Amino acid sequence: MSPSTTPAVHAGAASPARRVAAQAGFETRAILRNGEQLLVTIVVPVLLLVGLVRTSVVELDTAGATRVDFVTPGVLALACVTTAFTSQSIATAFDRRNGVLRLLATTPLGRGGLLAGKVLGVLAVEAVQVVVIGTVALALGWRPEPTGLLPAAGLLLLGTAAFTALALLLAGTLRAEGVLAVANLVLVLLVVGGGLIVPPAELPGPLAHVAAFLPSGALGEGLRGALLGDGVPALSVVVLVAWTAAFGAGAGRLFRWH
Amino acid sequence: MPTTDAPPGAAVVVRGLRKTYGGRDVVDGLDLQATAGAVTAVLGPNGAGKTTTVECCEGLRSPDGGTVRVLGLDPVADAARLRPRVGVMLQDGGLPTGVRAAEMLRHVAAMYAAPRDLHELSARLGLDAFARTTVRRLSGGQRQRLALAAAVVGRPEVVFLDEPSAGLDPQSRHAVWDLVRELRDEGVAVVLTTHLMAEAEDLADLVHVVDHGRVIASGSVPELVAAGPGSSPTIRLEARPGLDVAALATRLAEDDGDAWTAAEPSPGVYTVTGDAGPAALATLTAWLAEQDVLARRVTVGRRTLEDVFLDLTGRHLR
Repeated sequence: MSPSTTPAVHAGAASPARRVAAQAGFETRAILRNGEQLLVTIVVPVLLLVGLVRTSVVELDTAGATRVDFVTPGVLALACVTTAFTSQSIATAFDRRNGVLRLLATTPLGRGGLLAGKVLGVLAVEAVQVVVIGTVALALGWRPEPTGLLPAAGLLLLGTAAFTALALLLAGTLRAEGVLAVANLVLVLLVVGGGLIVPPAELPGPLAHVAAFLPSGALGEGLRGALLGDGVPALSVVVLVAWTAAFGAGAGRLFRWH
Repeated sequence: MPTTDAPPGAAVVVRGLRKTYGGRDVVDGLDLQATAGAVTAVLGPNGAGKTTTVECCEGLRSPDGGTVRVLGLDPVADAARLRPRVGVMLQDGGLPTGVRAAEMLRHVAAMYAAPRDLHELSARLGLDAFARTTVRRLSGGQRQRLALAAAVVGRPEVVFLDEPSAGLDPQSRHAVWDLVRELRDEGVAVVLTTHLMAEAEDLADLVHVVDHGRVIASGSVPELVAAGPGSSPTIRLEARPGLDVAALATRLAEDDGDAWTAAEPSPGVYTVTGDAGPAALATLTAWLAEQDVLARRVTVGRRTLEDVFLDLTGRHLR
């Protein structure tokens, strides 16, 4: 493959699958080993789940469903946002500032492999989240609609795409400290008024109309529809696809490696 | 431009490279080359364009003009083919901070089909002492050594090292230099940027002196030192400031009939340039004795690379 000027042994690259798998494992371990990341991605969603199910601090119109059946899909949506958006944007922003992205881009992994590894790492962490949150919810009496499980998984993938694209857009354009502040602020705003856990229709004033068109509201409504047995609203899918395209195009054009 | 003008063995060929940031030419028509089995130093003051040049060679930046070929390939367009054959050590390290040193190196090694033996590499660069420490807690020198290990773990044919000795203690520096020499002996083309004269003098087979985005001199260290004015032996004298060395130069000229010049480039440091032999040195010490001046240091030699560098790039601070 290489010309005869090759010195000694020329190593060559590992296979693309091995490179991406290595990067995905590396990213996953980095998130699961980091205390702050673990707090945001696992501890906070579980506490919210238990708190919302076991107390009535937050008034929720569950439309006849049990509280745990109503709250769990929203907590899963939140879990997706914490990993795909909050945790990923902060990690990528600091990796960018510290030159990690540039260094890895010079290895056979390349930029494409780095991106693929990041997405797979996010999905791996989400798998852990779903297992932990699902187990706690089942213990609290959660009975999801079995036919809704597959559509719910599809929606989580779509939500992951939209929020990972947003994470890369932020991480590739703002300073690391700015990303840290914005990512946490946006997470809080989405939890309170983004339609993740509290359905858009139950939000006050104009938020009721706006939230359904946010990626957070679309993901929350879609997961509730799937897992409560009402079916996935077409609007959720359309909204998530549109945001994924918009964030993806923005990140593709504006992401700066330096 | 194709690489037809590249001499055989040229691993890196840069021709007329231009790179502009915000209307300012950081690299302005730079030419350089590096060959396999040789250490090529890109020597220049801060801001000269060294890092931008190597980043263009690494495919991290796209040139605004000129051509860059590494192993005959375009670092941007042919990146996927080139990456397995090129090792990179960035100036700012680029190491992920949250993982342990050994894990970081293992991870980079996993990108290659047949990486170097990690135990051997770790032992050579003294990484074992901090293998289980997270990168965040490493000292600057430890990070540099880990970054160098990551650059060479894939058995590259070309290695770019951006200021590899920055922040290293003398022991670490010699460990790094030994590895660089070994890479060269294995046939690797090593390109390093530095502003350390000792590094260029001790390591480099070829030095490109860069300033204001251009190469202003190229050659081996002896070639650079021999070129230009002041190539005859110089006596360097350190004593109390304010000596009338012009009178000394006159005396030396009377003795041997040669042209002698003398100067005091900084207070208490004198250079006396001429055909410096044993007789001239005897005259110098006699002259000092007459003035009742004790020399702190007297050395005889040609110009150093640092003299050449300062002559070429100027002495003003930037």
